[in-house]
Parts: sequence; structure tokens; C-alpha cells
Amino acid sequence: MNRLSWFNTVSLTLGFAFLYIPMIILIIFSFNESKLVTVWAGFSTKWYGELLQNEAFLDAAWVTIRVAVFSSTLATILGTAAAYVLVRSGRFFGRTLFSGMIYAPLVMPEVITGLSLLLLFIGIGLDRGILTIVLAHTTFSMCFVSVVVSSRLITFDRSLEEAALDLGCSPAQAFRLVTLPIIAPAVISGWLLAFTLSLDDLVIASFTSGPSATTLPIKIFSAVRLGVSPEINALSTIMIAVVTVGVIAASLVTKRAMVRQRQDELAAARTE
Amino acid sequence: MNTDVFTPWDDPQAKPLIQFQNVTKRFGEFTAIDNLSLGIFEREFFALLGPSGCGKTTMMRMLAGFETPTEGHILLGGQDIDPIPPNKRAVNMMFQSYALFPHLSVWENIAFGLRRDNIPKHDLEDRVEEMLRLTRLEQFARRKPHQISGGQRQRVALARSLAKAPKLLLLDEPLGALDKKLRQDTQFELMDIQEKTGTTFVIVTHDQEEAMTVASRVAVMDQGQLMQVATPDRIYENPASIYVADFIGDVNIIEGRATSSGEDAYQVDWAEGQAPLTASSSTGFANGQSCHLAIRPEKVTISAERPADAVNVVQGKVHDIAYLGNLSTYHVELANGTIIKAQTANTRRISRRSFTWEDSVWLSWTATAAVLLAN
Repeated sequence: MNRLSWFNTVSLTLGFAFLYIPMIILIIFSFNESKLVTVWAGFSTKWYGELLQNEAFLDAAWVTIRVAVFSSTLATILGTAAAYVLVRSGRFFGRTLFSGMIYAPLVMPEVITGLSLLLLFIGIGLDRGILTIVLAHTTFSMCFVSVVVSSRLITFDRSLEEAALDLGCSPAQAFRLVTLPIIAPAVISGWLLAFTLSLDDLVIASFTSGPSATTLPIKIFSAVRLGVSPEINALSTIMIAVVTVGVIAASLVTKRAMVRQRQDELAAARTE
Repeated sequence: MNTDVFTPWDDPQAKPLIQFQNVTKRFGEFTAIDNLSLGIFEREFFALLGPSGCGKTTMMRMLAGFETPTEGHILLGGQDIDPIPPNKRAVNMMFQSYALFPHLSVWENIAFGLRRDNIPKHDLEDRVEEMLRLTRLEQFARRKPHQISGGQRQRVALARSLAKAPKLLLLDEPLGALDKKLRQDTQFELMDIQEKTGTTFVIVTHDQEEAMTVASRVAVMDQGQLMQVATPDRIYENPASIYVADFIGDVNIIEGRATSSGEDAYQVDWAEGQAPLTASSSTGFANGQSCHLAIRPEKVTISAERPADAVNVVQGKVHDIAYLGNLSTYHVELANGTIIKAQTANTRRISRRSFTWEDSVWLSWTATAAVLLAN
């Protein structure tokens, strides 16, 4: 192991402190006995208990999860299809324009996306609710999926698809039986990305949600405007925990698969 | 002549399995295949040989159905296959990268094509087992492609493409990824399997030794055209042009002017003050026509004394010696500066070698050893 020089130690500490001190404070105060957010009065888990009694938060959480599942699934289907066409169809008229347009929402200010969607929904007379949030989230997250999937498709060996065709598959079967299983990890991580984006979106959701459907970020934001309560801290801590566990699990799975692949290849080389 | 010898191309009654009829393929401005006609017969092991970019891979991809000819037609068993998509053709291909499906086991890779045909489960299993036996992969059936070695992957790719018993099997540089020793073993294995299954094989390669070893006929290609189509021995012994002579093996070329000296025999004046050389040619040359005399190094005999009864004799001195272990190639410089290569088998130990650098030597060859080429 290398020992870090004092300069590197200080840089590392400062960097991580900058990133994580706010979250650590939030987590600590979620276990605060006192109702006052900034005054420590002993350890307690009562705010977690109260959170479970709060119907408004539970409803919002349920709405958020449904929106995230539907919108990320829809975004994955559309984004994968778009990526496939843009990577595979070679040059066709307007290809550069299309691929540019797919990625434009990545840099588009969310306020503008939200406002334009709001105007559209009002224009076509669609009542704002879960459906409109799902549509809005699909719109902005599909380009993220498309970026993830197309970067995988670029390195995909096309002769695999040709081999499938050669062995009697129709193009649709070749996609389903060969391409999709191989690019599945990228599709799944695209889905996860879309899911997270939908989970924590505030701006677009506040433009497109109605009184019947409020997502968790909107609920937290409006609750905080009336004053930060330890309950919010507890809720945020749970969200942090869920995300952390997810990230660690995903990286462990990837790492194990990599190690196994390397061992297999070494074993194969030895049996040569 | 022995009737067991397989030579359908000499039989005017035989109908080729595959016919290229004036096929041209263009990619934009670039002409990959230029008005090419060719017949390949059933049960043949046919090699397309040429440098990279000569159009051999394009020909293979047209047979598989991944490309369609810009002009002309390709017939398979008399039927025009241009409109038939790759998944409906009785043609299978073994890819250069093998293109094994990484998410499926060896067994499932081989069964993949059979599953598309909805054949009964029992027959499918029998067929896969048969293919595993043929390619000696029984013990690896449950492994994934990344769990086996390069040579085993190559055999899986072969088993998978043979499983559907295609009329025609295409092999795109099938041995390119293997090391030399394994490649030589695999060449004989391929020939063996081709004989056992009776399938027509078309192989694309840039390795002339590989083409000569495996093929019943070789097509030498350059810039989208066929330079010569013939059996390996005819390609080697009777090349149609300098390009073919030079592409296949090693060759000495001596420029000169031909004078007829009897039926199919010519005298070649090649240098001032030197006796003319004698060579044979079935194509006619006018008297005084410029020509190229091509002779293989192993047909040139090197000796210290002037051979008494040789037809063609030239004198020179040893310029360089390439020692290859089993063979030695002597580069002999003639009086006019021409370098002639002579190859001899090292039947004696190297310490007993008769010639060394700067020795004066005589080179000789028979009247029929050299061929005359116009271009």
C-alpha cells in the first residue's frame, strides 16, 4: 500500500468533507429527539415512526414509485429503439440532425421542458395527474437511456447479428434472441438511470402534476417551505440508504462478474 | 485417367452448384467486384485467395446474402438467389471472428440454427450430439464461449455452421486467429470434415499455403477480378500471369524475347552474349515478342562444375544464402546483375555445405522447368 503524502491526505479530506458533510448532518439530525432541527436533544427513532403514520407522505411515495416505474420502462423502450436505429441504420438523410435532437433534452433547462409540456397538456386538454407526470418523465429520461444504450451498441460485434440471420433468424428474432440479451446490462442500467432521474425530479414534476397526484420531492419541497421538520430528515435518510444499498449492490455484482470472467478466460487458456 | 479423381470442372456435362453470372458489386464509387463469372461445383473445397481488399470477402458476403450484386446474378442450384434474404438461404457461414453467442453455452450455440427450424426435440438433440462428436467437443458442451480456448471456439463455430447441413458452407478466414501449429492441424481437420459431410466449402483466405493445402481449386483474385481459377498444382506450375506466379510461392522472372523453336518450345534471348534459354509454353508467342520466363527456385539446380548435359545453364556467384533448416535458398548474381534464387534441400549437415558466399557457381534447369508468360 502506498502511504499518502500530507498534501494528498488534506486534498482527499477536504474533497470528501465537501461532498458528504451536508448529508451526514442530515442523517444525524434525523435521529434527534427534539422537534427543533438544529438543537440536539438526544438519540431517538421516533421521527421514523411518525413518518409511517403520515398518510400524505406515504401517498406521495406511492405515486413517485409508480411514476418512476412506468416512465423509466417507457423511456427504456423508446430510448433503446432510438439508439438502435441511430447506431445501426448507417447514414440516412437527416441522421446527424436526428442524433443531435435526441441528445438536446440532456442540456435543455428543465424549466423550459416543464413549461412546454405544461402548455402541451393544457392545449390538448389532458387533466394533470399521474399520466402527465409519466409522459413528462419519459420525455426527458429517454435521451439518457439512448446515450447509455448507444454507447454499448457501438462496440457490439455486428457479425453476431449476421450469424443469427445466417442461422435462420428473422431480423426481429435476431434482435430478441441475440442482440437484446447481450446489451441487456446497458439496457438495465439505462432503466435504473431513468428510474433515479424520475425519483428525484422536482422541476418538471411540479409543472406537470395536478392536485390529485403529488410526488415525494414536491411534497418534501412544500413541507420544507413551512419549516424543516425532523420527519423530513428521516425521510431523506431512508432515501439515501436505499440509493446507497442499490449502488453498492450493483457495483459488487459487476465486480464479481468481471472477476469470474477473468478466471474463466485464464482456465480456458490453460486447457489450450 | 483414373475416374475416381474429383474433377467436375473438366466435365462439360457437370452443372455448377453456384454460378456467378457477370456479377458486379459497387459500393458508391468503389467497384469491389468487376463483371465476374465463376462456377463452383458440388462437393468442392473452393478457395478464394487474394490480398486484402481484392473483393474475396465481398463475394462471400454476396453468397451469404448480406450483400446483393449491383449487376448480374448469382445462382445456387440453378435458382437465382439474389432476392432471398440470408435467413432463407441453404447457405451457412463461419465468421472470421467466429461470432459465437456469448450468452449461450457451446451446446446452445450449436443448437441455435436447428431451433429456428422447429425440428422435433429428439432429432435436435441427436444432431447437436453428432456435431459435438464430429468436432470433438463433447466434454465442453456445457461451457460458455469465453470458458474455452481459441482452437475450441473455432471448432464450435464450425459445428454451429454445419449443424443445419447447408448446401454450401462459407468460411471467412477460418484459421486466421490460430497460431501456426494449430492452424496446420486444423487445416487437415477441415478437409476431413468436408470429406465426411460432403458439403461444398468456399473458403476465403489471404494465406496461399492454406489455400493450396485445403482446396480442390483455387481462385486467385486481384482488384475485383479473377486472375486464375485452377487446381493448386496448376496454379503453381502453370500460372497464367506474373501476378499469379508471384503471389503463389517464390519465383524467378527473367525478361527476354521469344523465338519459336518447335512445337510449344521457345528460345529466349535474355542478355547480350549469353546463350538463349529454352522454355515451353502452350500459349503462342510471335518471334521477337517480349516475354517473361518464370522459374521456381526449387527447379533450379546449383553446382560447382558446369553440368555436362543441361539444356539451360547460366553462371554466377553466390550473393546471399538463406538457411531455413530443411532448405537453403541461394541468391546467385549473374553477370548482368540479375539475381536468381535456387533452392536445395539440406540433405547433408550444414558443416558439409558445398557453397559459400562469393563462390562461382553454375545454375541449370531442364527445358520444361520454366514457363513463358506474356504479362
